[in-house]
Amino acid sequence: MENKSVILAPIYKDNLRNRKIIGKIFNILLLISVLAGLFMLTVLLVDIAIEGVPWLRPELFTNYHSRKPENAGMKSAIVGSFIVISLTGIISFPVGVGAAIYLEEYARKNRFTDFINLNINNLAGVPSIVYGMLGLVVFGRMFGLFSKDSWLVQTFSLPVQSGMVNGLVFNLFGIPWLEIHLPFGRSMLAGALTMSLLILPVVIIASRESIRAVPPSIREAGYAMGTTKWYVTRTLVLPIALPGILTGMILALSRAIGETAPLIIMGAFTYVPFLPNSIWDQFTAMPIQIYNWITLPQEDYRIHLAAAGIIVLLLFLFILNGIAVYLRNKFQVKW
Amino acid sequence: MEANILPSVKTQNEEIILSTKNASFFYHDKTAVKNVTLNIKKNKITSFIGPSGCGKSTLLRSFNRMNDLIPGASVEGDVYYKDQNLYKSSIDPVKIRQQVGMVFQKPNPFPKSIYENIAFGPKINQFQGNMDELVESCLMKAALWDEVKDKLNESAYALSGGQQQRLCIARALAVFPDVLLMDEPASALDPIATLRIEDLMNDLKEEYTIVVVTHNMQQASRVSDYTAFMSIDRDRIDERIGVLVEYDETIKIFTNPKNKETEDYITGRFG
Ligand SMILES: Nc1ncnc2c1ncn2[C@@H]1O[C@H](COP(=O)(O)OP(=O)(O)OP(=O)(O)O)[C@@H](O)[C@H]1O
Ligand SMILES: [Mg+2]
Repeated sequence: MENKSVILAPIYKDNLRNRKIIGKIFNILLLISVLAGLFMLTVLLVDIAIEGVPWLRPELFTNYHSRKPENAGMKSAIVGSFIVISLTGIISFPVGVGAAIYLEEYARKNRFTDFINLNINNLAGVPSIVYGMLGLVVFGRMFGLFSKDSWLVQTFSLPVQSGMVNGLVFNLFGIPWLEIHLPFGRSMLAGALTMSLLILPVVIIASRESIRAVPPSIREAGYAMGTTKWYVTRTLVLPIALPGILTGMILALSRAIGETAPLIIMGAFTYVPFLPNSIWDQFTAMPIQIYNWITLPQEDYRIHLAAAGIIVLLLFLFILNGIAVYLRNKFQVKW
Repeated sequence: MEANILPSVKTQNEEIILSTKNASFFYHDKTAVKNVTLNIKKNKITSFIGPSGCGKSTLLRSFNRMNDLIPGASVEGDVYYKDQNLYKSSIDPVKIRQQVGMVFQKPNPFPKSIYENIAFGPKINQFQGNMDELVESCLMKAALWDEVKDKLNESAYALSGGQQQRLCIARALAVFPDVLLMDEPASALDPIATLRIEDLMNDLKEEYTIVVVTHNMQQASRVSDYTAFMSIDRDRIDERIGVLVEYDETIKIFTNPKNKETEDYITGRFG
């Protein structure tokens, strides 16, 4: 035995110096990539701040778009974004978390679930404009099922309208505030549903990661107490996974708040001089307003107001991320 | 190999609470344990010993159907708790697990407070009595009360490993089980904590039936009344099928084993 170790020792080449140098080089490369990203971001922010900060005036929040740049604001866009994003959160949270729970805790591992997994991962990479088209057909127009000459309307002689509101309007169960519009048209609801489709893959993937990170020994302990799968999921798995789920959720919403393409396809308006009364109203959103200003010829719109709008949008993003950090800390399970 | 040896039937008045009859266990197509027949007596401590991979945990986990949670696990033959055939389709494993509790090798408290850990089981069963009293009595039984009574609302993970394991025992007791299955409950603990767990098992024996898997021969001989020695089927060594080699009163297994393999194992000449 002793002989062996003596023989073995010189086989190693002394490369400690090399390894340390490689470590240093790697360190520097990493630092460079961080700085490169940071540099671009700083340039962007400084540029926007110079152009936009002087234009961050009360009018920006209290006025609608105006023909005079001094009076122009983005009130309806801020409200529109706020409502659409809130609705998106309300819709995608239960659906996304539900799907994640099903896939992680309930689904059997077979070809079918493999197929679903593959598709969810692919969907996360589909361009947002495609979701806009999907949303337009499914929610916005509902395949034209409620237009005057569709077979459905003809067969049942449905009282469809045309004009300001296109299609069928009725009160669910006769309750006044439970108004339903079919199809959803250019409404905030249609926009929020489309945004939900867009972020669902990300929400599902993030929630699944978080659920999977819950140690199996905790589930085992729960089952050994004589509990059902649902009880274990609700009282043990979800509370532990919640901070991660919320973080993923809010990051997904941050993406949605900056999305323009799907809303443009859905028919969100660029000029909305009123605040919405209900989820059935037409709307505009911050990125659309910013885009609209950028396309105008006057410098005050094109550069200054657009920059100010971007600052407001960024503030929203920071607030969302702040909420994410807060929620994560609040619900963090102490091990 | 003829391995289905039952304890000498001298004491017919001792009640049998768990038993298997020609039970075999499979993971997918692979046989893990073959043809085990044994009876486990009420209010006794029974230990399962044997080399790694011979199926001790598999057999143990069949008594509260925890094997169900492993995809691909299946059973042939019968496993009885009292007079219920556990693998009959009318049996609800959720209910069985309330009566046959389990303590795992690695302490696995819930990431909740000490109090919440104990209250978890009673809450599911809509316990109507005084929860504070129940928590206290369970912690008392698990010999943990004095150490934690001033920090019931602190996280269970603030406890030491040995304390966590006693908390897991207390948690299992809180749903009033008949049987406690323990899979190497002390293997992650130091000798002093191990002794505490063993003392605890001795105390619990009054009220509960305990089945314990252990790799520690001294432990098996110290705490258990009956010992089952399991091993790999010698005739088909390549398939690594677990079998029950010998099952008897602990004293007989350790002083006068009938089987050569048992003797080799307990004296450390196994291999
Ligand atoms: N989840 C599983 N999936 C597939 N095979 C398994 C699984 N668990 C155990 N086995 C197999 O079943 C056999 C018995 O395993 P078991 O865990 O019951 O042994 P054990 O006696 O408890 O071993 P140890 O002393 O190491 O805990 C082993 O051959 C093992 O490979
Ligand atoms: Mg084991």
